Amino acid sequence: MEWSPLWISLATSVTATICTFVLGLAAAVWRERRSGLATALVDGIFLLPLVLPPTVVGFILLLLFGRNGPLGGLLRRLGMMIVFAWPATVVAATVVAFPLMYLTARAALEQVDPNFLQAARTLGASEWRVFREIALPLAWPGILAGTILSFARALGEFGATLMVAGNIPGRTETIPIAIYSAVEGGETGRALMWCGVDVGISLVLLAGLYFWTRGRGPLGRGGGHR
Amino acid sequence: MALDLHIEKVLADFELDVTLRISEGPLAVLGASGAGKSMLLRCIAGLEKPDRGRIVLNDRILFDSEKRIVVPARERRVGMLFQNYALFPHRTVRENLAFGIDGEASAARDQKVAALVDRLHLGGLESRYPRKLSGGEQQRVALARALAPEPEALLLDEPLAALDTHLRSQVELELQNTFAEYRRPTLLVTHNMEEAYRLGEQLLVLARGKVAAFGAKEEIFRRPPTAEVARLTGCKNISRVRMNPGGSIDALDWGCRVNVAQAIAKPPRYIGIRAHHIDFVGGTDGSAGTENVFPCRLSQSAETPFRVTLFLTLDSRKDSANEELLQAEVFKEKWQHFQHAPFPWHIRLAPELLFLMPE
Repeated sequence: MEWSPLWISLATSVTATICTFVLGLAAAVWRERRSGLATALVDGIFLLPLVLPPTVVGFILLLLFGRNGPLGGLLRRLGMMIVFAWPATVVAATVVAFPLMYLTARAALEQVDPNFLQAARTLGASEWRVFREIALPLAWPGILAGTILSFARALGEFGATLMVAGNIPGRTETIPIAIYSAVEGGETGRALMWCGVDVGISLVLLAGLYFWTRGRGPLGRGGGHR
Repeated sequence: MALDLHIEKVLADFELDVTLRISEGPLAVLGASGAGKSMLLRCIAGLEKPDRGRIVLNDRILFDSEKRIVVPARERRVGMLFQNYALFPHRTVRENLAFGIDGEASAARDQKVAALVDRLHLGGLESRYPRKLSGGEQQRVALARALAPEPEALLLDEPLAALDTHLRSQVELELQNTFAEYRRPTLLVTHNMEEAYRLGEQLLVLARGKVAAFGAKEEIFRRPPTAEVARLTGCKNISRVRMNPGGSIDALDWGCRVNVAQAIAKPPRYIGIRAHHIDFVGGTDGSAGTENVFPCRLSQSAETPFRVTLFLTLDSRKDSANEELLQAEVFKEKWQHFQHAPFPWHIRLAPELLFLMPE
């Protein structure tokens, strides 16, 4: 039994979730203080991976990161080749999961009562401290939900990954791709087994989410607002 | 210790335009809701930016539109108590108090927090989260938190509005004690005139973003400079006037001719008398004489637990279409003496209690 798709899927999802967390949160914070046409345009670009078919996203990534693409060419000069290698699975999963993190983090940050932030400012706190000690903890339940959604999306990523990372057993073959090739090769048992693994991971994730929300209330450590 | 203000800011339906010099001690800012009171505080705290003007606190420029100086809120050293207190829900009382003195050594910080806990009677609450506190406790924590960094000015936005009635007088006393110790420029916003009178040493009345009155509270309540200030300070009876050659004055909306003790500088447009200053006399032959005594009838009455408000129409009034009734307020004990007496009743508008307003 070859277990590599499980490890590849987990490594890809975890790495992609970390990337998405940082990028999505940064984008949400950036967006919070802005309005206007340019921002709306950037907003649209941020949300594109959510509405485009994954194969389209994968193809665009292939063009960007390919041997002669703008980003690919740059990376090649630095001695890195991303396409059809493990990093490509991370790139694909990150891009596809990004809108989910961005949207939920933005909504969570907008939910924080601005009075708390202003009170912190009148108490002499820097903007960084206001964010780290007030906005982030108060928005944390939403941000965590976004992180879990992103992880789930990254774990299930198929189309874009296949386009940009291919199907290389032991290197880029994630669980969804392993299922696909098993079905294609007529190995129903193997496909079923990987389906079971996916269901198992999803159940663990949902159970974790359930106990976390039940045990800690909607606001984490301090509980709900008033 | 002084706070110099000149603030101009265009708001949704009027312009905030305030020029003031505030010395130490509490200044109550009174105004109807939406008069720009909160905006004034937010401009001083640095949470909003005026369009034009200058804010100087103890020779420190916080804002100057000409010199393009805008000191951010965190560097202003201006404490603010928010209307709903804005206590950080994810931090304990102790952590809330320590938030503003984060930069100091932990020993000094602990000492300061302990002193504040002591001063505002918060002992035993240090490890609680804000949602586990009563309204009065939340208010004290918020006040202690605002005072912790030793701000050079203190701003309080409706500090009692979120409290139940029975808590207010207690919290008011605590605020008065705090003000007695904290001798720095303090602005206290309220829409309750009694609260303004009790808590402020001086009074500022804002009407549609402009200073309608500023000065000693006793004087403003005794002789409101304008009809608007009279209304905001709770005066129920305001009438348009016409001057007569002999010096008497016709109160057009009440339908009577009165004598007024006040010397008149500017030609008055309005006359006023407070509801509880209207005196009921036994009749025209009474000991009070006949000056400013008028027969009247009761149109309507409204009872509160201990007092009754009587809506009166003077017999001398001709135009019944005008709906301006005189409002008199009396204690129920007194009312019981004459409530069944036959009309007309007689009221006296004492010349020294009537006040004239030029606008």
